[in-house]
Amino acid sequence: MKEYSPIWLRILKHGLLLLGCVIMVLPFIWMLSTSLKIPSEVLSWPPQLIPKTFTMQNYVEVFETAPFLKFFLNSLTMSVISTICILLTSTIAGYVFGKFNFPGKNFLFVLTLATSMVPLEVYMIPLYMQMVKLSWVNTFMGLVAPYLIMSYGIFFMRQNIMASIPDDLLDAARIDGAGEARIFFTVVAPMLSGPSGALAIFAFQQTWAAFIWPLIVTSTRDLWTMELGLGMFQYRFTVDLGPINAGSMLSVLPVLIVFLFLRKKIVRGITLTGMKS
Amino acid sequence: MNRNNANAITLRRRMNETERKKRIFVYCSILPVIAIFAFVRIIPIFKNFVYSLFESTVVNPMQEFVGLKNFVDLFRDPLFLLSLRNTSIFALFVTVFSVVLAVLLAALLVNQSKLSPLYETLYFLPVITPMVPVAVVWKWIYDPTYGLLNYILSWFGIQPIGWLVYPNTAMVAIIIMSVWKIVGYNMIIFLVGMRDIPETYIEAARIDGASTNQVFWKVIIPLLKPILLFVFVISTINSFNVFTQVFVMTSGAQGAPGNAVRTIVFDIYENGFRYFRTGYAAAEAVVLFAIILLLTFIQFGISGGSGDKKIKIGKGGAN
Repeated sequence: MKEYSPIWLRILKHGLLLLGCVIMVLPFIWMLSTSLKIPSEVLSWPPQLIPKTFTMQNYVEVFETAPFLKFFLNSLTMSVISTICILLTSTIAGYVFGKFNFPGKNFLFVLTLATSMVPLEVYMIPLYMQMVKLSWVNTFMGLVAPYLIMSYGIFFMRQNIMASIPDDLLDAARIDGAGEARIFFTVVAPMLSGPSGALAIFAFQQTWAAFIWPLIVTSTRDLWTMELGLGMFQYRFTVDLGPINAGSMLSVLPVLIVFLFLRKKIVRGITLTGMKS
Repeated sequence: MNRNNANAITLRRRMNETERKKRIFVYCSILPVIAIFAFVRIIPIFKNFVYSLFESTVVNPMQEFVGLKNFVDLFRDPLFLLSLRNTSIFALFVTVFSVVLAVLLAALLVNQSKLSPLYETLYFLPVITPMVPVAVVWKWIYDPTYGLLNYILSWFGIQPIGWLVYPNTAMVAIIIMSVWKIVGYNMIIFLVGMRDIPETYIEAARIDGASTNQVFWKVIIPLLKPILLFVFVISTINSFNVFTQVFVMTSGAQGAPGNAVRTIVFDIYENGFRYFRTGYAAAEAVVLFAIILLLTFIQFGISGGSGDKKIKIGKGGAN
């Protein structure tokens, strides 16, 4: 689209947008700044954006008071396993729903679609009771169980498979004598790298940010995730602002780094779920 | 003749063989998925309705069938009514502000410039960051004595405000923070929608003498209607599920007073997992479910017949 507007309007526009950017970024800068300050400077008035004395002491203290490395590894393991399972289950179910006919198919598909809008908060109590029955409370299985599947992922993969994989291709592979499982792994799956990447990013981000489920299903800190660990840490050490902000930085930093490298893919991955297919 | 027949038979046998293999594949692959799905979604969703009709004890969620008693109690419970009210106010303001701001931002950003990637990255930053760390830093920004926000406001001669101390300002504070968190998500969706609008429509309106304002209100906004509706509904649904930022910002010495920003999910969490009133909490979850269902029906009801731009509900946002 061409710019029709006069120069002063363009300056005003960029001025507004830049002001917005400052508001978006300032909390992160403030977090970083606080995490690098010595205690006396954290509580100084007027607040200083750039610390006078830089210190890494807060980061040391975070690792001393709480096992943040453990939290980080827990989050990572949980998110990776969840992402792999969601990709696998979504692709398989999407493929079966999209390319095969079997009795009960429509019923099952509608059921999948209908539950996609029900949030975990609605059914977390019975889910927790099931975990109690299986003795999965405060275990890794219990932690990751709700994140092994994503209704929306199934729907999303089905749309992509129906749009991008022709039936003729599958029939050709069948005539060549390929078994169904082989067709799925060697013909179908490789053609879905684009949508798989987008779904993977969305799944990973969703599991990484999980809070209420880890909060209720874990009871000892060796199973806490980064999010929960930080939430509990700030709950108990609420006056130590330096270490708390250092802990926040540790939780934000990996996400920011990955985001800056994969910006386009991530934006697509996270908004795709909002868009029509 | 004979040979043809034989060929036909082999072909048919082969097709039957293919069909059989297909069927085996379908059941072997879909059954595990359905099993997990039933275990972590369908059964719990169903059981939640059942639980809501029972009086529970700590060990037994289904101690005694009480019919709708939990629901009757619920609508007499001042704490639940307060959390319902708080959540509705929260959802209304977060949705309205984030949608309006996002549309304005998208309108400013729709013309690509050299700075566009920078803007899009920075506005999207809060969306991808997890909720806990940003809630932690916002809590610190809202600090009444040393907080950054009161300092910035002091430039304009505004006296320090105890943001998270008083019920009304605590609500405002959490709304501002939540709008900040999701506005970039809504903006990107509007931006994609606006860039999808064929340029010829806008050119045509301009040739007919429409001003920039008129193009925006009479051409762009009507074409965006399905997307607007979708974002409105998804933002409202996500806002009704608000929990994490409330949990973080109301906890500890600098936190907001307990009930000022009490939300439905917070109430479910307390009743279900602190006081072990399972049946009661399940009834609350049913109310939450009903609200979400209603919003979804509104969405499908309005957008269902609108033709080419059909949108499906997904799990938007991050909470």
